[in-house]
Amino acid sequence: MMTKAAEIDIVSVSKIYGSTTAVHSISLKIPSGSYCCFLGPSGCGKTSTLRMIAGHETISSGDIRLGNTVVTDLPPARRGTAMMFQSYALFPHLDLVDNVAFSLKMKGVDKEERRAKALEMLRLMQMEPYANRKPAQLSGGQQQRVALARALITDPEALLLDEPLSALDPFLKIRMRAELKKLQKNLGITFVHVTHSQEEAMALADIIVIMSDGRIEQAASPREVFERPATAFVARFMGDHNVLTGRVISSADGVLTLQVPEGQTFTVAGEGRAEGSPIDIGIRTDRVRLSEPGEKTLGFNGVVSNVEYRGASVKITVMGAGSEDFTVIATDADYFEKPVAVGDAVSLSWRLEDAVLLGSAAA
Amino acid sequence: MATIAASKPTPATNAQGRKALGFRLPPRTVSYLQSAPLIAILGFFFLLPILMILVVSFWDYDFAGLYPDFLTMNYEETLGSWVTWKTYLNTLKYTVVVWALTTFIGFWVAYFLAFHIRTTTMQMVLFLVCTVPFLTSNIIRMISWIPVLGRNGLVNSTLIEMGIIPAPIEWLLYSEFAVILAMVHLNTLFMVTPIFNTLMRIDKSLIEAARDAGATGWQILWNVIIPLAKPGIAIGSIFVVTLVMADFSTVQVMSGGQSASVALMMRNQMSLLQYPAAAANAVVLLIVVLLMVAAILRVVDIRKEL
Repeated sequence: MMTKAAEIDIVSVSKIYGSTTAVHSISLKIPSGSYCCFLGPSGCGKTSTLRMIAGHETISSGDIRLGNTVVTDLPPARRGTAMMFQSYALFPHLDLVDNVAFSLKMKGVDKEERRAKALEMLRLMQMEPYANRKPAQLSGGQQQRVALARALITDPEALLLDEPLSALDPFLKIRMRAELKKLQKNLGITFVHVTHSQEEAMALADIIVIMSDGRIEQAASPREVFERPATAFVARFMGDHNVLTGRVISSADGVLTLQVPEGQTFTVAGEGRAEGSPIDIGIRTDRVRLSEPGEKTLGFNGVVSNVEYRGASVKITVMGAGSEDFTVIATDADYFEKPVAVGDAVSLSWRLEDAVLLGSAAA
Repeated sequence: MATIAASKPTPATNAQGRKALGFRLPPRTVSYLQSAPLIAILGFFFLLPILMILVVSFWDYDFAGLYPDFLTMNYEETLGSWVTWKTYLNTLKYTVVVWALTTFIGFWVAYFLAFHIRTTTMQMVLFLVCTVPFLTSNIIRMISWIPVLGRNGLVNSTLIEMGIIPAPIEWLLYSEFAVILAMVHLNTLFMVTPIFNTLMRIDKSLIEAARDAGATGWQILWNVIIPLAKPGIAIGSIFVVTLVMADFSTVQVMSGGQSASVALMMRNQMSLLQYPAAAANAVVLLIVVLLMVAAILRVVDIRKEL
């Protein structure tokens, strides 16, 4: 029913509050009809960015374009965006029909017409049976559906969602997540979703934008973020890679050799780094084996500091090579074949191709 | 959280208390004992006086004394006299005008404090500034208007000196204008406080959501803020209506004895030792005010605020 979707183009946008800069001149293109997740720890600038797209926050410098329109100075309602708020922000004094019809009422649509349209929207969200209830009489998941209905009734080109799932319990979170994805597919409009959950972003997004300290660390597909994290921050934040930090000691044939402060040396595929320059590498946690390094593998010796049983896998934390929490995810079969306990000295190994070169944070 | 923390220690202390005393009071008795002080206070200072007024309103009297009786004469005289009706009408007029003005002023003061002052500290400071006049007595605040509004008072002398008016304005003091001015001055804070309280509880994201839906400033005010402020307006209205309906000092002082109110009428009856007549009048006023409060509560559900 709604097919128009807009590309969102963010051009060197900054947000400055007094003396603190929340967003440092970020640039990003979100293709039309895609599901984009802004991911990062609290205070990283992801919500400020979303609110600037929505028009609820002024843009200190830079421009935002939506489709063919520069929306930088337009009020929220004239941008073609709709926002869904973290706490849903449903009007407590209005029933569901009036909540959903609110924007139509503001436009001066007459009562019969706006109520009919609101009911249709509620039907789409399967909330029609509750049409005459007040928001306080609904569960969290139901409130979210109403908030979605209210946002979508304006026929937006882009829907902006501010941590939409954070108020829900874990089971509902997963269910509503699937509903959001389905809705986005059906409507074909651009969704921009702010979250601090890696799992949520991986599950939903076409593009994940990882932010830290007001800057974009990486903007890429979930697969690329997972397989080739751009920076040490992304690798640590996504949690699927161990990060080792050292200095380059030699570079040959597309292979860099680095040395960590503790003295061990490792190699990683990559080039273009000067000898002596600082370097971070990431090693997939699920590819590390609890075995002696052989000819074709790399590794080091460390001491087990923690073991967590997770059913199908076991998470083993090891101290060594300058890392306090080098993580190994072993399958339960592998682990129980040769179990280790806290305090044991272990050898870890991985293959060259399981290590990735990480860009430096300043780059 | 708070209820868990507060209720948990109780069984423990009870258990110890029982052991130490060696006997056990039935739980029902304990509850009655705990509420006894409040019952005593309300009984002696609230219920008993009202009952006495009710009883006395049926008594007989002459210039020398009161005679226990059961007469409806006092009510017949009160309700049958056109003076009573005129006085009630006058009092209602004051109430309506003062209510309208205090609601208007109170809402905007509260709105300014809640939405235009950004820091909580500043909000609290300004709110306390609003309460400063309450550090002096009602009567003093009222009397202070006399040198301002009088025939040769501040306002008149300033206007004459500036050449705006040739002669003093007579209706500034000892007039209905003066009564209403003083009543608004005395009662606006009773409106500001509850409205400020409800406005502070409005989730700011509701206002953003309304703006996101394309609402203009006035539309947000009319469709979101005022509906959500209704309980506060209702509570403030109850304060103002009951206070103005029962007022006699402001009317007497500020009108210079030229205007009347129900309470003033009662005071005059009492000064003539017509206690049963005053009591009947009081009962009628009590009923009227209770009906007004009930009407307010019927229009607005204030339970959320209590």
